[in-house]
Parts: sequence; C-alpha cells; structure tokens
Amino acid sequence: MALKDITLGQYFPGNTPIHRLDPRTKILLTLYYIVALFTAEFLLTYALMFLALASGIAISKVGAKTILRGMKPVVLIVVITALLNLFYTPGTPILSFWIFTLTVEGIWAAFFMTVRILMLITGTFLLTYTTSPILLTDGIESLLGPLKKVRVPVHELAMMMSIALRFIPTLIEETDKIMSAQKARGADFETGNLFQKARALVPLLVPLFISAFRRADELAVAMECRCYHGGEGRTRMRQLKYTRADWAVIVLGLLGCIAITVMGHFGL
Amino acid sequence: MHPILETRKLCHVYSQGTPFEQTALHDVDFTAYAGEYLGIIGHTGSGKSTLIQHLNGLLKPTSGQVLFDGTDIWSDPAVTRQTRFQVGLVFQYPEYQLFEETVYKDISFGPKNMKLDEGEIDRRVRQAAEFVGLTEAQLAKSPFELSGGQKRRVAIAGVIAMEPRVLILDEPTAGLDPVGVDAILGNIRDYHQATGATIIMVSHSMEEVARTVERLVVVNDAVIPFSGTPREVFRHGAELETMGLGVPQMTRVFLRLRQLGVDIDPSVYTVEQARDAILAAKGVG
Repeated sequence: MALKDITLGQYFPGNTPIHRLDPRTKILLTLYYIVALFTAEFLLTYALMFLALASGIAISKVGAKTILRGMKPVVLIVVITALLNLFYTPGTPILSFWIFTLTVEGIWAAFFMTVRILMLITGTFLLTYTTSPILLTDGIESLLGPLKKVRVPVHELAMMMSIALRFIPTLIEETDKIMSAQKARGADFETGNLFQKARALVPLLVPLFISAFRRADELAVAMECRCYHGGEGRTRMRQLKYTRADWAVIVLGLLGCIAITVMGHFGL
Repeated sequence: MHPILETRKLCHVYSQGTPFEQTALHDVDFTAYAGEYLGIIGHTGSGKSTLIQHLNGLLKPTSGQVLFDGTDIWSDPAVTRQTRFQVGLVFQYPEYQLFEETVYKDISFGPKNMKLDEGEIDRRVRQAAEFVGLTEAQLAKSPFELSGGQKRRVAIAGVIAMEPRVLILDEPTAGLDPVGVDAILGNIRDYHQATGATIIMVSHSMEEVARTVERLVVVNDAVIPFSGTPREVFRHGAELETMGLGVPQMTRVFLRLRQLGVDIDPSVYTVEQARDAILAAKGVG
C-alpha cells in the first residue's frame, strides 16, 4: 500500500493559535514573508526572519521532524543551486581548479541562496500544515474576490480547486485498487524497459480515466440536484471572520516587512 | 483432505511505524483444502480483504508465512508470480478494471501475461466466456457497451481464463439485482463442479454463504474466531450477532423458538431445513 502513504494534503489538524488564524491572514502573511525573503540580503535581516519562522513553527506544534521530512524532495535542487552559486559567481577568487573557481562572493551567494530556498519552503509548508485545504481555497476565493468585478470566475476556480483536492485521496485509492486487480491477472508494472513500462500502464490508466469521468458525472448531477448554479448569491456555512489576533498579526507582519526593507537600505 | 492454501501465524500491519499504524491480521492460521467451496465472512474492516490479498501474493506478510501446495510463496520471485496465476483473485466491483477494446481481448489479458500460445489463449477465452454465459456476439463487443451484470461476468471470466486452481471472489454479488445474484452464483457453482477448483467466496451476507458454501471461516478483529460447516458456525449465533454479522433469518427464528421453550434443533439455515426440523419436532417427518 505504498501509494496510500503519500501525504498530499499534508494538513496536520491541531488547535494552536496558528491553526486558529483566519486563512486569509495566513496567506497574506506568507506573501509578505516571501517578498521579504527576496528583498532581504544581509545576515541580520535573515536572522530576524528566521526568528519569526522558528517561533511560528514552535507555536504551531508541527514539530521539527515533520518539517525536515518535508524537505527531503528538494534537497537535490538546493544542492545544485548551492553548487552553481558557489562556483559561478564572479569575484575575488580563493582557489581554482580545472573549470571551477571558488570566490568569496560565491560562498556568500551559495549560503544565502540555500537559506533563502529552505526558508521559503519551510514558510509555505507552515501554511499548508496548519490550514486545511478547504479553508485554504475559501481564503483564496475571498482574497481574490475583488477580481470578480473584472469578470474573473473566482468562485468557479476556487470550487474547481476544492473538488480537485477532495478527489486526490479517492483517486489514489482507486489507482491502488486497479493496480492490485491487474497484478492479480499477471500485469507487471515494475520490470521491463521504458517502452514496456509505458505500455504496462494502459490497463491501469484506461479504467482510472473511465472511473474519474463517471465520478465527475455523478458529482455534477448531485450538485445540480441540490440546485448549485455557480457562486452568485451563494451563502456559506463557514463564514470567514478576522479576529483581533488576525489584525494584530497582519499589522505586525506589515511592520516587519517595512523594517526589513529599511534595514536593507542601511546594509544590515 | 489436501491443504492447497495455508497461512501460518500470518500478521499484517498497515503503515508500520507511523501514527496511522493499524493491525489488519494477527497470527492468522487459515487453511483452504483442495476442491472445497469455502466462504469467508466478516464485516467491513475485519481483515478479510487483507487476508485474501495475501493468498495470491499481492500483499507481503509483515510476519508469518503463506503456503501454496506446501511452498512458501515468497521464497522466490518466480514462485510469487506463478502463485498469482494459480490463485485467481476477483476483486470487489471487478467491472471497473476492464480496459480493452473488446470483451475477447479483455478476457485474454491474463492468459497473455502467462505467455501461452495463441491456440491455448483462444480455447481458454472461449471456455471462460461459456462458463459465465457470454455469447459469441458479446465477445466482439466493447466491454463498455454491456450492462453492469454482464461487465462483472466479463471480469470474472478474465480471471477464470487463467484456469487457476484456487478461485477467490470478493463479494461477487455486491450491487446486483436478485436475478443477477443467482446468475453469478450459478456460474461459480458450475465452474466449481466442472473443474474441481477450490472456490473461496468472501461475503458479508449470511443468507448467501449459507446457501452456497461447504465450509465457513469467520474473520473478526484481525483474527479467525471460528470456522466449520455453516451448521457449526451458526451455533455461535449470539457471538455472530455481537460481531455485527448476524445469522440467517431462519436460524434467528429457530433460536428464538428455542428461547421460547420449543424443543427444536436450532442449527437450520434454509427454508427446506426449517421445514424438516418443524416436521421432525411435530413427530410427522
């Protein structure tokens, strides 16, 4: 059941102050954070942001282990980026061999780039770890609300996203089941060259597509039966509401952002 | 009787080492004898589906052994693969696994994977189609043009065509109307009689298994609490009720009659047996 073990929604239910924040606050905060991360250029500003991130993780009780496990897939990208920065940044050479030249600037650039990527990933993980996918889409829909005026189908996009997220686990389970059924008839998904492997996927993909279409059809009928006709005039069961904590966090985040930009000007 | 499939101290734990860890089977000793018609009953989540997926090597035991004809099926990859062909497994709602352009091609998927020659494949496909009552004209059709019941028969034929020595069916009648149920059960019975293959049928309907199987294995909470002939198993009426399985209606009526003080044999499960038991009790039969 290896397929089932993949966590895609990666939401960790909890009831910490971070979990309770309005999803819009968390999305806005993450956006500030990403912008600040790319404007910050110096040790002190990074240290400040790291402090903010670390306290966020501590409050959310997600656990350093989970965060580190989430890093695994990006290790290769980080290493490659670091190596490229290390050897291809022009500046004062320290040592050089063959086509590689190590520079002082390169070491700094590699260090900052690594920190930047790792902090970027950790920060966005904190958002998805503490916000359920449904709240996340609700938040995005609400934040993009003004775009409705220029006829962007915001509600429809958000609904599509919710449905997609909802059906990922179902599709994984279905894939698992069909795979087992075809294996029981001697299908072999593991051995053979690339061409054979691709061919072996046909008995898996055809039933999977058919059942996905069938599900989509059933879902559409079920939604129509309950008079769903798009976003206009639709009310919500869960209303999003900013609390005092949300405003505090938003203001604090904005101030932090301004502080980092100002500090950047003074070369800190 | 010769045991064809056996499990010894079989354990299976899902997602071991994570917070989602769950024991699906615990020290299960299960035996299926050659040529018998065996029923496995248990409610949803009892571990019965996990058990049958071990019998043809789709799942690997966390600990313990699965023996086919006395050989550990995990002793060698070639043996594992051979077991998949020898122990045919029909999943629940098997019609959702059809994928080929024609019914004929879909049924031949298994035999083709066995690397048989054209003539042999053709013979097997036609024979399997006959067992499940598919006509020549239907073989040339797309499986997606057929009705639900017909699709299911195509899927069952796809496994029968591998001519397995053991045929396992997971809830083969789920979601069918009474006529469809009788047709499928009839097909399975015919196959059993014609080939002498071992049949293992998983179900949660007591009425259904009581009518068809020779021996019953009850799975509950990752273990097998008891097994035996339907008559023997239904004596545990009260325990079965607490497992959420229940006993056939006739058995329930007779258990209640006994409670009311009627001197009657409670181990009946069909209308015919009930008639005989009542006649015997009245001293007529």
